[in-house]
Amino acid sequence: MAMTLEQISEMLAKYPSKVEKNRKKHIIIKDSSADRQEIEANTRTIPGIITNRGCAYAGCKGVVLGPLKDMVHITHGPIGCGYYSWGTRRNKARADEPGQEFLNYCVSTDMQESDIVFGGEKKLAKVIDEVAGIFKPKAITVSATCPVGLIGDDINAVARAAEERLGIPILAFSCEGYKGVSQSAGHHIANNGLVERVIGAGDREEAAGKYPINLLGEYNIGGDSWEIERILDEIGYTVVSVMTGNGSYEDLKNAHTAELNLVQCHRSINYIAGMLETKYGTPWLKVNFIGVAATAESLRNMARYFDDPALTARTEEIIARELARVEPQIEQYRKLCEGKTAFCFVGGSRGHHYQGLFAELGIDTVLAGYEFAHRDDYEGRQVIPEIKTDADSKNIPDLHVTADERRFRLKVSPEKLAELQRQIPLSFYAGMQVDMADGTIMVDDLNHYETEEFIKLLKPDIFASGIKDKYVVQKMGIPAKQLHSYDYSGPYAGFGGAVNFARDVSMGFVSPTWNFIVPPWKEEPLLTGSVTEEGVA
Amino acid sequence: MLDATPKEFTERTSGGMINPAKTCQPIGAMYAALGVHGCLPHSHGSQGCCSYHRMHLTRHFRDPIMASTSSFTEGASVFGGGANLKTAIKNIFQIYNPDIIAVHTTCLTETIGDDIPSIIKDADIPEGKTVFHANTPSYQGSHITGFSNMTKAMVSYFAEAAAIKKEQANLIPGFVNPGDMREIKRIAHLMGVPFIMFPDTSGVVDTPMTGEFVMFPKGGTKLAELADSGASKLTVALGRFASSDAAEALAKKCRVPAVTLKTPIGIKATDAFVMALRRAFVKEVPWALEEERGQLVDIMTDTHFHFHGKKVAIFGDPDVVTGLTEFAVSLGMVPVHVLTGTPGGAIGSDVGSFEEDIAAIAGQSGHKANIKAGGDLFALHQLIKNEPVDLLIGNTYGKYIARAEDIPFVRVGFPILDRSVHSYLPVVGYRGAMRLVEMIAGALLDRQDRDAADEDFELVM
Ligand code: SF4
Ligand code: SF4
Repeated sequence: MAMTLEQISEMLAKYPSKVEKNRKKHIIIKDSSADRQEIEANTRTIPGIITNRGCAYAGCKGVVLGPLKDMVHITHGPIGCGYYSWGTRRNKARADEPGQEFLNYCVSTDMQESDIVFGGEKKLAKVIDEVAGIFKPKAITVSATCPVGLIGDDINAVARAAEERLGIPILAFSCEGYKGVSQSAGHHIANNGLVERVIGAGDREEAAGKYPINLLGEYNIGGDSWEIERILDEIGYTVVSVMTGNGSYEDLKNAHTAELNLVQCHRSINYIAGMLETKYGTPWLKVNFIGVAATAESLRNMARYFDDPALTARTEEIIARELARVEPQIEQYRKLCEGKTAFCFVGGSRGHHYQGLFAELGIDTVLAGYEFAHRDDYEGRQVIPEIKTDADSKNIPDLHVTADERRFRLKVSPEKLAELQRQIPLSFYAGMQVDMADGTIMVDDLNHYETEEFIKLLKPDIFASGIKDKYVVQKMGIPAKQLHSYDYSGPYAGFGGAVNFARDVSMGFVSPTWNFIVPPWKEEPLLTGSVTEEGVA
Repeated sequence: MLDATPKEFTERTSGGMINPAKTCQPIGAMYAALGVHGCLPHSHGSQGCCSYHRMHLTRHFRDPIMASTSSFTEGASVFGGGANLKTAIKNIFQIYNPDIIAVHTTCLTETIGDDIPSIIKDADIPEGKTVFHANTPSYQGSHITGFSNMTKAMVSYFAEAAAIKKEQANLIPGFVNPGDMREIKRIAHLMGVPFIMFPDTSGVVDTPMTGEFVMFPKGGTKLAELADSGASKLTVALGRFASSDAAEALAKKCRVPAVTLKTPIGIKATDAFVMALRRAFVKEVPWALEEERGQLVDIMTDTHFHFHGKKVAIFGDPDVVTGLTEFAVSLGMVPVHVLTGTPGGAIGSDVGSFEEDIAAIAGQSGHKANIKAGGDLFALHQLIKNEPVDLLIGNTYGKYIARAEDIPFVRVGFPILDRSVHSYLPVVGYRGAMRLVEMIAGALLDRQDRDAADEDFELVM
């Protein structure tokens, strides 16, 4: 059921005029006959709008740094921020060394009024000493929350001094929640810190095996990266590091030894990919391990890059084996899903990735969008030069890296690179828009009001999003699938993950629980029969 | 599990937290505001806080938690958030049309010192609509303090003094689940005492499935009731930490006498609640309640041998922990470690500390307990490693300690993120106590079954 511009205008007319003008630019109906369709993104959230967005701290500590398992992550601020980002993102991890896995610990400086008035630097220094003493971690991160920047605590100086005192790296991140307009600012800040202080800090010059790669923008939610790594290992790749799901300081240090960087979530980590290309000459490949076809395609693209007949053969062998295994299973579920429609609204790249998997189940995505993406995530990286930096993005420093004199090495010749770029998304991301069907809708920073209105108009069969709107949607009688946390299921990535997803989605459709919403007395008029001496007639 | 927690204590003097047993004020304020009918909570600060608080409450209640935010960026943080709040208020009324907006601050807006009352005064508020506020700096107190502050704001904004008092009670339930609020109301109904409960989140965060989403559901305390609370004969504040400040404010503002009782968890605290209503309103306790109480005592005596002498560790929010500890002692258990993350005495009140209250209760078991206010779960875990217990009671975060030390675990309190239904079923009142007996006995006996050798595995226990 397509929607018209008029319907959208009508919906937006309820807004105060300023809001209406603003939101209009964040919504487009895909029309491939238009030469270009610009969408506004990464701009300020309107005060008072019920949004799904979070803050820079959430993007930095919550998303990118948090999953690094052998570091202790300290939140410098009042108790809340640290508390809420404690164990809530399902980043699975296994210790590489006994006692060196700290993901179940939440450390906060728990700033009190006196720290706000007199400054929190001394307290932070003490907390760093304490946790270093108790846990003996490989390294420590410190993430700043809103009030820290305001009162002017110099967390960098505190970290530097502690580093000298303790002899382990202590990384400070000025990711105060008010920076930027969403989580996105925090991703960038975290990316900068990891490139500056961690990647390349190891002394390996070469990877330990053949076809060394890094997997970027994969957070091992529900065990996703383990499922992806299972396949990569079998094909013969050497996964140097995963950023940052089940990731570790120890692995990241030597991430410079990879021959190729894979980028799964473009939004949260493209900065690292770009910087590693400049610094070490390592190209990056946009991959998508969500869905059977996407996974197979990503594997084939990787094989093209390495261009080794043995690797290619092995890739095809594994793909064939996995397809034979998963396709019949998915087919069973497809029967339950065929012909249905979905909304797919998630933070960054998932809003794009999951559409392919929905399609494999016979489900059309009729509306999609991102919570904190930039225009390039919709329109493709070619628009990056056009994106104007506004006041909010200027506050996030761009880290300028240069070629590492000792370690920079072109991994493939310029000619080969140019040829590859014609075939595979090497150092390129085409964005969500190209993959959307005509007439479908893209919404940036979809908010509560629009969610309700779009649902009423388009009546999707399933709504994929996060926890804050899950129960809103379910109250409307529509199954809602959390694509941040997978409703505590998973993995959903790779071949095995696609089967899990198919099972879970079809379960949402066929669950008998939906049939009880309308009570029987609402469906039958009060006066139908009469009570006689023999009983009810 | 938690392999990096050593048994040996190192003295920690930094004041930092490892695995906190509390969170920040604004989330408590948001929850309290949801207990006002037709009210949209508004978080004045950066949007991250609002997102986190909604996420967390949604996970606990598994119901829509609506709230808006001032969405600060750096500019607002430097120049003040007046413009953001005014814009927000205008947008909220036009788009969502609540009757009331309840603004609470965050650490950010408190640090920059936004003067909320003046901003509200300057704001564009449609006829018949209301905006009120509470200051909830997250660098003081905890989520319980935030709940208390928002509840107090309901009094200072809305309660109206009346020369002639009505035969009705104000019931302030504290930071408990809607299921608990319903149970407290049921007891008051059975006692025949007319009452106003505030805040009241029943009917807001436990709404039925109807196939329709309602942004402002039927539940919540009405504004007229809040106004009328000044005409009540008595305020019963349940839980000193979450409820007494509002009761005191009401006493000052409208001369409504206040009595602060424990959250009615367990038999003693429920008796105290019933007795308070009986005395103040001269009502006989009805057979229905006496019967329930008798059933509870019957169950307690029938099962005492499961509990007697068992060592228990309890943690969570102070009012809930106080009730649980008292009930554990009533069952013959020994509270060995008792901890809350919320700091000691209620802010601005001098009615004694958590530690003293618990010491008095725990002392009745004949043992001296380790008691800590303002503590964290890292400390609790270390205490348990040094002096093991038979049972752990607390919120979901306790499951890590329970697994690490292989201790039976009962989930009570806030938040519970890994189970459902809990928010519908009470732990307060005689019925709540029956439920607690079932949960605790179930956990202990499951353990006994699990550990029994085949020849010791019994049908009847
Ligand atoms: S920023 Fe402050 S108010 Fe917000 S979540 Fe963190 S501690 Fe709580
Ligand atoms: S917005 Fe600020 S205070 Fe709130 S969660 Fe983010 S960093 Fe913390």
